[in-house]
This record gives sequence, structure tokens and C-alpha cells, in this order.
Amino acid sequence: MFSGAASTIATKVDSAFLFILAICVVMLLLITFLMVYFVIKYRRDKNPTPTNIEGNFLLEVVWTVVPTLLVIAMFYYGWIGYREMETIPEDAMAVKVTAQMWSWSFEYDNGTRSDELAVPINKPVKLELFSRDVLHSLYVPAFRIKKDVVPGIPTSLWFTADEEGTYDVLCTEYCGVRHSAMLSRVVVMPQDRFAAWMAGKVTQEAAEPVGRELLESQGCLGCHSLDGSRIVGPTFKGIFGRKGLVLTDGAEREIVADEAYLRRSILKPNADVVVGYPPIMPSQEGILSDAQIDAIVEHLKTVK
Amino acid sequence: MSDTSSVAYGSHASGRSYLVEGGRYSGILSWLLTTDHKRIAILYLISVLALYFVGITLGVLMRLELLTPGETIVKAQTYNAMFTLHGVIMIFLFVIPAVPAIFGNFCLPILIGAKDVAFPRINLMSWYLYIGGAMIAVIALFTGGGPPDTGWTFYAPYSLRTGTNVTLGVFAAFVLGFSSILTGLNFVTTIHRLRAPGMTWNRMPLFVWATYATAWVQVLATPIIGITLLLVILERFFGVGIFDPTKGGDPILFQHLFWIYSHPAVYIMILPGMGVITEIIPVFARRTIFGYKAIAYSSVAIAALGSLVWGHHMFVSGQSYTANVIFSFITFLVAIPSAIKVFNWVATLYKGSILIAPPFLFALAFIFLFSIGGLTGLMQGALSVNVHIHDTYFVVGHFHYVMFGGTAFAFFAGLHYWYPKMFGRMYSQRTATLACTIMFIGFNVFYFTMLVLGLQGMPRRYYDFLPQFQMGHTIATVGSWILVTGLIIMFANLLMGLRKGERAAADPWGGKTLEWQIPSPPPHENFEEIPVIDRGAYDYD
Repeated sequence: MFSGAASTIATKVDSAFLFILAICVVMLLLITFLMVYFVIKYRRDKNPTPTNIEGNFLLEVVWTVVPTLLVIAMFYYGWIGYREMETIPEDAMAVKVTAQMWSWSFEYDNGTRSDELAVPINKPVKLELFSRDVLHSLYVPAFRIKKDVVPGIPTSLWFTADEEGTYDVLCTEYCGVRHSAMLSRVVVMPQDRFAAWMAGKVTQEAAEPVGRELLESQGCLGCHSLDGSRIVGPTFKGIFGRKGLVLTDGAEREIVADEAYLRRSILKPNADVVVGYPPIMPSQEGILSDAQIDAIVEHLKTVK
Repeated sequence: MSDTSSVAYGSHASGRSYLVEGGRYSGILSWLLTTDHKRIAILYLISVLALYFVGITLGVLMRLELLTPGETIVKAQTYNAMFTLHGVIMIFLFVIPAVPAIFGNFCLPILIGAKDVAFPRINLMSWYLYIGGAMIAVIALFTGGGPPDTGWTFYAPYSLRTGTNVTLGVFAAFVLGFSSILTGLNFVTTIHRLRAPGMTWNRMPLFVWATYATAWVQVLATPIIGITLLLVILERFFGVGIFDPTKGGDPILFQHLFWIYSHPAVYIMILPGMGVITEIIPVFARRTIFGYKAIAYSSVAIAALGSLVWGHHMFVSGQSYTANVIFSFITFLVAIPSAIKVFNWVATLYKGSILIAPPFLFALAFIFLFSIGGLTGLMQGALSVNVHIHDTYFVVGHFHYVMFGGTAFAFFAGLHYWYPKMFGRMYSQRTATLACTIMFIGFNVFYFTMLVLGLQGMPRRYYDFLPQFQMGHTIATVGSWILVTGLIIMFANLLMGLRKGERAAADPWGGKTLEWQIPSPPPHENFEEIPVIDRGAYDYD
């Protein structure tokens, strides 16, 4: 159908859709044809004397019963596909998905993290969804799957990708100014390439954390630019040593963005909020390790 | 009855047009302090249309922004405020009040042979609440943290955290709710108490039935949104944890409370429009309506079943599996009474003697567009399909087919139908036909493309879009230009008719309902004598 089906469930969603579409097209054509036909056939200059018909009980029964049967069939078709969507296989590979304004983070069983979702082909994958701030919704059009990410209430969904390739991940629950930029990708690969990808990720994470990569994978750049432009938060360009006004407990004060300030802003972002910016950044406490924070701060010193 | 007689000012049934004879006051006060249901209808007409133009302008600007990816004319924050305002204005200030407050007010008392509604002063108060709500909404734009950016749904916890002026925006919707409740209450009472002698329930025009069913939903469902919005205000001001999970609240609870009102509100929006169509079709087919009782009772069935399907807005919210299955099933059931109406309208054309005139053309356009709206609703009612298209442009396309192609086209149909009655003049029918045709084409280019974009996976409320959606966005934007051209021609034609139109006869279309038995425009108190009804509303024999 549309945007190429790439999961086992997608073909079932499409066939339910086509079933309903077919009935709908027939109904619409029937209604439109009769309407136009009557208007032409019984227009006043051709048919000056109307015939009064107050109704017809049999017809009323027919056009009540037939649509009832049709809609029950549609309901059933939609339901069986949905039942499968909601029945998560026991052997599904679990991936924890964390959504925040305005980025996605995917964490595998072994603790490996990524800002893109890599999955092996033909293997059920279960996504466990968590939000760190407001509502989001994870949507992969090519897989025909979607589920809201609700703060405080864990939700989940699953899929089996059956077509290699790269597919869009979109946020479909409005979540603020950068909602339409809250994008990611699913990369579907053969089992062996997935294993290699995973091994590569693990070595990469064991190595020295790289500040620049963290800024990307943790979604920092969703709000803080590197080139001086204003997105949502203050730009990182020239941030180290910059003087500025912040709000601390409602009172303005001037600070210099030194190491201690940067570290505090990562762990307790709303303690000192730069004047003119909204206090919406979530705390990274427990999400970034000390080594990672060090790497980020070191990197920020170099962003001129 | 005592209530109506207490507002009989001046000489009894003077016979002068309501546009001239204002009652106790003169000049502008005879409008601003009027208790005449017809004058109140005109007040609503002017204010609802003014706000409709604001809504259209926002819509056109949004389409312009989406012509190209990235920034085209505005920044993301502005765009988000624009779709929020577009939604709030169109829903609370246009679609909900348009048909009931304008045509309900103007025609309902006349259609049942009454001199006014049961509570004329409350009727005026409803208009002031409407204006008050609209003004608060406008103030919300320019004060506090700027215009609200939550979408018209005000979903928590985003609506609790954003720095924009959500509190005032929500309060505006709260005030507007009271306007809607009081109008509903007024209509229910009027229909129960003020029907002319012999006007039995089964002789009432079907527009009255539709308005009656709607009025009950307004009275019963609107208080829920009122309380919900009040809770949002409480939570924003005092930090009470009702919906915010960080304070122990439940964001899903907000969605339930919101949709318990806002889904039935969809039927508040469409039922009166269906009523208008039901009035128009038999008049232009010059024969009685097919299946009077089926149409009358299907209105009530829609109102009743429609109150039990709110959960279909929440199929992917994390709501329980069982709840989803039940809500899906009931959702499909609502389709049946809607389908029955469509079939009966089409059957009414059979063996009629059909006059093709602008109100009738708008009604035909309504049937086609509303059918697409309803049928695309079926696709979303199916659970597995819904998961794919929820919160995409498919939904946006669908509800514009229902609300714009449905309610707004019914409103235009009604406007062209009752215009000679309301103003005593006739617009150019040729120009109206042209406008209707252009709008119909533009509408489909615009919103059918949205349906396709949705199936491709284009999410709604997106300031920016991925390259694969470029083509669709371009077509939709061009469609919006065609549509708005038709709208401009239509309104210009109606405005011209006010000054230059030919004088209209009492019954220019050959209607049989009571409004066509009195002069155009009607006199201050509608009837010289209260009529005695001895036949059905569509008796063409």
C-alpha cells in the first residue's frame, strides 16, 4: 500500500484497511450515483409532478441490517490485527526506549545505548517506552505501529521487521516547539550484521566517552545549537567562560559558565536558568555517568 | 407560556419586520439588549462569522507555512500557537455555535409555532457569554507567556508545564461552555413547552428533532469539559497533582475527561447540520421526506451512542485492551444511524420534482463530503488500522471532511436557504452556484490529499516535514487557495445581496414548514396568531 510495508503486522493492517476501503468505495459510489441520477432524472422541467412517498419499512430494515453486518465485519477485521499487535511474543528482544523533549534514546539488554534503533531482521522486538517529561508517541509508519509514551505509566509495543532497510521513527504526540524534529530511524539488518553492530557499539562505549558524540546521542543538540543560533536552550557556541544572567530561585544573578556551572546545569538544570529561556530541561542525573559528564564538559570548552 | 407573554413589548404583533421593530429600545441598544430570538440569531451570525474569518486566515497561513519544508513564513513556536488557535476558534467559536446558535435561534421557535424561546433573557445572556469567552481568548493571545501552544486538546502534562498562556485560554473555553449549556437548556425547554397547538412530536420539522437531540448533549456533556478545564487551571496555579505524573497525577485521566465531552461535542457539531440538510432536501424535491421517523430517531440514537465512544480517541494511549475493543465496537454502531440518514436523504430525491438551486447544491455537496467523512471514520474505528493512522494527517483530513465538508457546508446550505427569510432579499443565485462549485473542488484537492498524506505516515501538528511528504503538502496548499477563493466569492455575494438583492417573497423556495408561512423578514413576534397545526411538517399533497 503506502510507504512500503516492512513488518509482519504491516501487511495485516493493510489488508484490513483495503477491506474497509473496498466497502467504503462501493458505498460512496452507490450514494453518489443515485444522488446524481435522481437529480438528473427527476429535475423539475422533466418531472413537474412529484410522487409523495412517505417511506418504506422494508427498505429501512434493509439499509439498517446490511450496514450493521458490514460494520461488524469491519470491527472484527480491525480487532484480529490489533489482537496480534497487543500479544507480545515471549522471545521478543527487549529494547528500552526513553523519550524526552525532543529526542529518542534506545537501550539494549546489555546496557548499550544508541540514538538510532538497530534491529535484526525477522526477530520479534519489544519496545518498552518511558518518557522523561511529557507525552510522546512512537510511530514507525513502515511498520504500522504506534504507541504513546506516557510519563509515569510504562507502555510497550512490538514488531517483527521483515524487510531490510532504514525506516523513519516519528513522534506523533504533540510535545512542544521541536515536536516535528523529534525524529530517529530504525535500521533493519541481517542477524550477523546486527551482532557486529552491537559489538562495535560495546567497544565504542567501553572506550573513552567522546563528548561530541554524547551531545548527539543524548539529544542535547535538539535544543542547544553549536553554531550560535537559538533553538530552545542557550547555544553551546562559546559557552565556556561566557558571562550571563541566570534565575536562581526566582532571583537574577550573574554567573560565569565555568566547569562547576556546566556540571550543575547538566545535573540540576532548573537550579540556574539562563534568563530568557524556559525551565524545561530534564535532569541528566542517573542517565549520564561521571565520565560522560566530564567528556561533555571538556568538549564544551572547545566549542568556540 | 407565561414567559413568552411577559416579553411581549409594544403593540401586539405589529406586523413590522424584526429588522425594523426592535422592541423596548431603539438604535444600537435595540440590538445589544434585544430578547428577540431572531435578533439574537443575527448577533450570533455577525460574531460567529467574524471569528470564522480569523480561523480561516490562520488556516490559510498554516498551509502557506507548510508549502516548503523548514521555515517558510513563521517560526515553529508561532506555528504551534497558530494551530492551537485555529482549533480553539473553529471548534468552540464556529462549529459548535454556528448552526444551533444562528439557525436554531432564528428558526426553532418559528418552526414549532412559538413567538420566542422559553427564556429570552437567558438567550441574550448566552450571547454575552459567547462574546466574553471570545474576548478572553483574544486577551490570552497578548498577555502572560504568549498565545497557548498546546493544540486545542490541552493534553496534560504538556499543558501544565508550558510557559504560554494556557490558563486564560482554558478559561475562555470554560466560559464558552456555559454559553453552550444555556442555549441547550433553552432549546430543550422551548421544544417541550412552547409547541403550537397540534404540533405533536411527530409533526415537528426534523431540524427541530436534530436540535433537540443536540441540546441534550450540550446540557449533559458540556459540564464535564468545564470541570476538566477548571482542574487544569487548579493544577497550574496551585500545583495540585491531578494530571501531572510527577505530582502523582494521571495524564490518561485528562484524556478520558476531555473526550467524554469532546467526542459527544462532535455530534453537537454535526447533528444540527444534518437537521438543516433534512429541511432543505424535501423542499427542493418538492415532496415529503422519506422515512420521517427513521431520521428523527436516528438523531436521538446518534446523540445517545455518540456519548459512549470517546475512548476511540485513545486507542494508542495505553488504555486497556478490553476498553479499546469495546470502544471500537460501539464506534462502529454509531455509523449505522448516520448511514440511515444518508440513505433517507437520497431516497427523498426519488420521484421528486427537483429544483437545482444554491441551497440544494450545498446540500448535495454536504452529502458527498459528509459520506467521505463518515466512511473514513470507519477506517479509524477499526483497531489495527487506527494504530497506523492515529494522529496523522488522515485524522486531520477525516475531521475536516466531517466538520468543514459536513457542518460548515450544512451551515452554508442553511445560510443560502434561510437568507431570504432572514433578510427579505435574495442573493445572486448564479454567483452562489459558482462559489459552491469552486469550494467543492478546492475542498477535495485540499483534504483528500491530507488523507493520502496520513496514510503515508505524515504526523499532524508538525511544523516541518520529511522530503517524502513534499508533493502532498504542495497539492494541499494549492487546494487551500482554491477553497478560500470560493469562500470569498460566496461571502461577497451574500454581502452584496443584503444591499442590492431583489426583494424576496414569503416563500421563495416553496417550503411547507411554518417559517415560510409568515412574511420575509418575519415580524417582531413571528405570528399574528399562534397557528394550529393539523398536518405533518412536509405535507406536499
